[in-house]
Amino acid sequence: MSAIDDLFTRLRHQDRKALMPFVTAGDPDLAFTAAVLKELAARGASMCEVGIPYSDPIADGPVIQASYTRALDKHVKLASILETLGEVTPQLATPVVTMVSYAIIYRHGLEKYADALVAQGVAGMIVPDLPIEESPQLAKVCEARDLSLIQLITPTTPNNRALRITETSSGFIYYVSVAGITGERAKLPTELIERVSWLRENTPLPVCIGFGISRPEHVRLLAPVADGLIVGSAIVRRMEAAEKNPQATLQEIGDYVSSLAAELN
Amino acid sequence: MPTTPRADSSCSAHGPDAAGRFGVFGGRYVPETLIYALDQLAEQYEAASQDASFRAEYEELLKNYVGRPSPLYFAKRLTQHCGGAEIWLKREDLNHTGAHKINNTVGQALLTLRMGKKRVIAETGAGQHGVATATACAHFGLECVVFMGEEDIRRQAPNVFSMKLLGAEVRPVTSGSRTLRDAVNEAMREWMSCVESTHYILGSVVGPHPFPMIVRDFQSVIGRETIQQSRAQMGDLPNLVVACVGGGSNAAGMFYPFVELENVSLVGVEAGGRGNQPGDHASPLTYGQPGILHGSFSYVMQDEDGQTCDVHSMSAGLDYPGVGPEHSYWKSTGRVTYTSCTDQDAMNAFDALARFEGILPALESSHAVAEAIKLAKTRNRNERIVVCLSGRGDKDAAEIARLKGQSFG
Ligand SMILES: Cc1ncc(COP(=O)(O)O)c(C=O)c1O
Repeated sequence: MSAIDDLFTRLRHQDRKALMPFVTAGDPDLAFTAAVLKELAARGASMCEVGIPYSDPIADGPVIQASYTRALDKHVKLASILETLGEVTPQLATPVVTMVSYAIIYRHGLEKYADALVAQGVAGMIVPDLPIEESPQLAKVCEARDLSLIQLITPTTPNNRALRITETSSGFIYYVSVAGITGERAKLPTELIERVSWLRENTPLPVCIGFGISRPEHVRLLAPVADGLIVGSAIVRRMEAAEKNPQATLQEIGDYVSSLAAELN
Repeated sequence: MPTTPRADSSCSAHGPDAAGRFGVFGGRYVPETLIYALDQLAEQYEAASQDASFRAEYEELLKNYVGRPSPLYFAKRLTQHCGGAEIWLKREDLNHTGAHKINNTVGQALLTLRMGKKRVIAETGAGQHGVATATACAHFGLECVVFMGEEDIRRQAPNVFSMKLLGAEVRPVTSGSRTLRDAVNEAMREWMSCVESTHYILGSVVGPHPFPMIVRDFQSVIGRETIQQSRAQMGDLPNLVVACVGGGSNAAGMFYPFVELENVSLVGVEAGGRGNQPGDHASPLTYGQPGILHGSFSYVMQDEDGQTCDVHSMSAGLDYPGVGPEHSYWKSTGRVTYTSCTDQDAMNAFDALARFEGILPALESSHAVAEAIKLAKTRNRNERIVVCLSGRGDKDAAEIARLKGQSFG
């Protein structure tokens, strides 16, 4: 059991839903990353996703990509990101997962990366460019360490493939709401609710929805049908101001997350 | 046209296996959203390559639209100048649109029609693949959007204008290094949001499976013709075959039919830029190590954190930090030798070909010419070297003037 399994067992008992904000590590610096994680946890986040900046993130839209570029322009390194996470996780009541390209994991070594997550109190990873055909090796490494390897299912995934994905995923299923990249969207597709309901009937794993969620009304609409909601670009967009105004940005992100959390339960 | 059987699950000269692996290289490291489109593409391609009418249509296009076969030309004065082995040029520069890229784009445009899609996106570096894609789309009446880095738009202005004349939209890419690698990122992102209606015509043997296989197969007409023409014109196979390697499509197309002809040595030439320090060249096979970029496991220029490095070449078509997985495989088996040559060597080769043969080669192809000149000097007069002259140099004229400090126009 990873910390994520514990979280969802608890939430399902209480009939509550998870709110999972995403932030980029190192944008504008790691001190801000540490501060924002604490702020998120204090404002109603159930779990935090930390994006490891990558030079060529093909699944990400302009907002997250720009944030990764800002972080990399300052030469943030994986070692210092992990060190920062190690300092923060003991102070958080919420689990932390990393969103990370397989390019980075491969370069560091699968076991070395997984060991580092365990050492720093991180509960798992989402690897958006590692489809199930390529994931068995990493899945084994994660399983041996009680780390969750969270797999994604998208609107273009056929049902039989979706079922296979649920069998190889751990922690929860990340259901991508739209065929496309990360980014805020005014409207979400109507088939979404049906698909997520179908998935939840067909897997014991919690199913969480991400990509495009930004407004309180999205939360109101989707929380009842999912186990959790992931909010990325809407937060990262607010981080653009953090360089000039870290305190105000923290406050603004905190208020925003509170407003979403208020819709949740 | 592709006639390769795909049933074999082991990786032979006919690879890849069912998972898209050439040995350990290749695969599919892409977001789940793209898997369905890639599966569909692999399936449709498989069916198309068994379909005689598809093959006939492709061959007809190659003959009457592209202008194939391209000549195999003996470069007599260049040979005399070098004083060693004979240098022959496989004239891909004489194809419609002036490069090998069109062999792939007409094939993939045919596949696009077969899949019932009406819109095409593509990335481009030198603009040759963009022009070749825009051309094939105009021919078939497909909508076309080409992603191109801002730096390349500057370096290859004539091609940008041509694409627009051909009815394509050119979308400037302003992220990252604003070159080919970023254009691939943007094209992949765009594809994620429109996979149902749009085909992505990737321009080289890179990216996730099945692209490296499809592009290689469509380009392998280069090597097949070269084998026939060599037998007819030289009375034998060449001793050496040389091609430049950016993503590696002209080289893969040239080498693939030669792989099992073991007496023929194969040499791939990467862009050595201005030196061997990271950031000064674009030679992942020479200086990089295996890693992941653009959905494939292959040699790549990365830093110790797995971040892709900036690379440099004066030639926009070679200015790419990665390389096709099959080249990594051929490097690992030793079947192909990979080397690199500098901007300066390539420029000298450009001048030599212009003066001795009356041919302005593309700066990309000039890298292969440079290596051939070097090799010819060390080889006997009775030996024969074939160079894949992948494209013509008109597109580079303004950039060459700038590099030489001369005025253009
Ligand atoms: C004339 C020419 N040769 C070579 C290349 C490099 O690509 P590849 O290595 O895929 O053949 C390009 C790419 O734009 C090109 O235009």
